[in-house]
Amino acid sequence: MQLLQILISGLATGAIYALVAVGFMLLWQTSQTINFAQGEFVMLPAFFVLAAMKFGGLSFGWAMLVGLIASLLILGLMFKKLLVDPMLRHGVLPLVISTIAFALFLKEGVKEWYSAEAQPFPAVWATTNIEVAGAVVSVQNLVIIAVAVVAVGTLQWFLAGTRTGRCMQATAQNPGLARILGVRVDRMILYTFLINGALVALASFLISPIYLAKFTNGETLGLAAFIAAIVGGFNQVRGAIAGGLILGVVDNLAAAYISTQYRGAIPLFLLIAVILFRPQGLLGRAEERSV
Amino acid sequence: MKRLPAVLGLIVLAGLLIAPFALKPHGIYLLSMWAVMSIAAIGLNLTLGYAGQISLAQAAFVGIGAYCTAILTTKFGWSFPATFVLGAVLCFVVGWLLGYPALRVQHHYLAFVTLAFTTLVYLVLRNEEKITGGTYGISGIKRPVLLGWATQGARDYYFLCLLVLAVVAFATWWLVRSPWGRAFMALRENPLRASSLGVDTRRYTLMAFAIGSALGGVAGSLYAPLVEFIDPSPFALGLSLNLLLMVIVGGSGYFWGPFLGAIVSVLLPEWLRVADGLYLIIYSVAVMVLMVFCPSGLLGLAERIFKRPKAANAAKVAT
Repeated sequence: MQLLQILISGLATGAIYALVAVGFMLLWQTSQTINFAQGEFVMLPAFFVLAAMKFGGLSFGWAMLVGLIASLLILGLMFKKLLVDPMLRHGVLPLVISTIAFALFLKEGVKEWYSAEAQPFPAVWATTNIEVAGAVVSVQNLVIIAVAVVAVGTLQWFLAGTRTGRCMQATAQNPGLARILGVRVDRMILYTFLINGALVALASFLISPIYLAKFTNGETLGLAAFIAAIVGGFNQVRGAIAGGLILGVVDNLAAAYISTQYRGAIPLFLLIAVILFRPQGLLGRAEERSV
Repeated sequence: MKRLPAVLGLIVLAGLLIAPFALKPHGIYLLSMWAVMSIAAIGLNLTLGYAGQISLAQAAFVGIGAYCTAILTTKFGWSFPATFVLGAVLCFVVGWLLGYPALRVQHHYLAFVTLAFTTLVYLVLRNEEKITGGTYGISGIKRPVLLGWATQGARDYYFLCLLVLAVVAFATWWLVRSPWGRAFMALRENPLRASSLGVDTRRYTLMAFAIGSALGGVAGSLYAPLVEFIDPSPFALGLSLNLLLMVIVGGSGYFWGPFLGAIVSVLLPEWLRVADGLYLIIYSVAVMVLMVFCPSGLLGLAERIFKRPKAANAAKVAT
């Protein structure tokens, strides 16, 4: 029954990766932003919450709300207005560089102004275990999976079922044509940045109780988001979800059965294999190339 | 006015030659580090600035070069020049093999593949304790004696680094002016047009990437005897990102960009010691501001400032 346990904890990790990867991919689709700071984006909201509790004296629930709003404003709105907008006309590379610099800024900022030590982060649920079909499963993992499923389901409904969501999809597919058809492209891009802000905040609240909040957390998370997005397929939301889940499960299986030392290497081989044999990703469609 | 760059260049060169006689050993060490990082950044500038491909593997190549020299000189008694050449060749070959699949597909796949590669190399360096010493690293890397010239002293080793930098710089200068270099630039400016004019795009991009990687190996070979002790941590993704920032901040695609970028990244933190922890914060903000206002880097900024009055004068004359 060990396998079941590993699968469930793998799916839980994978669900968090999927949330981060979906946000990453949405930014790429609508505004060609390769966000090298995505991992730091997940690291930061936990510190918003901790700071609100420590300095503002708020209860955990209110602090989470503050954390969510702060990440919507800073990681969504300000990131777009101050960093992405002025840079878009220069092309992709300068934007990549400035997200790298932004990641450095967030990391060093947290280290300098909050703490270099790992901070315990409270969990909203019980950290007990229950027994399912002979396997010991932690409630925490089940809650993570449930929350992620609800979040992704809501997002899918929003993108496919509402007018705004379909306008966002149109923007992602062909911004020029969307503009001609009367879609307010710039506003749709802003929405994707806000959605990303919400997704990273959610991922942060889910993962921080497990790994503790630390300024270096973003490094592994950012890499996981990249790998998940590419493995699953760069041009589809469900690709990123599948990529995240696969990555989480593979990661946990590798740690249990192959080697803990090379646990980090398996996802990288997966990445290289996918780029070699199926560059559009497992679920992606081949994009038409202009060259 | 045309003489100005030449005069400026001579002054800087004279400064570099005189400086070690006026500096303390730590200052000389920093200058040597600057020379080593400049070599790695020149390599990356070939890939990024001239051929327009984002590579995050430069740290891995520096690591391969460094470990090649460290392992072969301490454990197998090889001479330094042999390991130096082997390191460069090894990086060239690995670069070629790595770039081959990645350049099949367009967009930013090279960035992702190289990112994965850097992390993989780091894991191997850390985990294969029998060969690389794991986290304990390799100590006692000796500085070489070349043709009777002992480079044990900080000053002598600095001159060796400077000599290699000069050779690399000259070779690169020649390369970017050769038909190859022009093909590299054609790739960056307009790949579609380059290929329609008969430039084998993929081969040239691969070539630029492999040569850039080989220069990373050269930098690594010099790095190991300079610090005399190596462990895996300096060759993680952080160095790759740092080298990328060096090239961009200096001015990618400018010949002198990597030199300037390496100054900003190696020497400036030392001068701004007072700022301490805040240094990286200030640096990152400065990079973001620079990218917003002048994505072509410091040299691009300088060009803009110095060229504009001239253009204005020309306009005046014309009217």
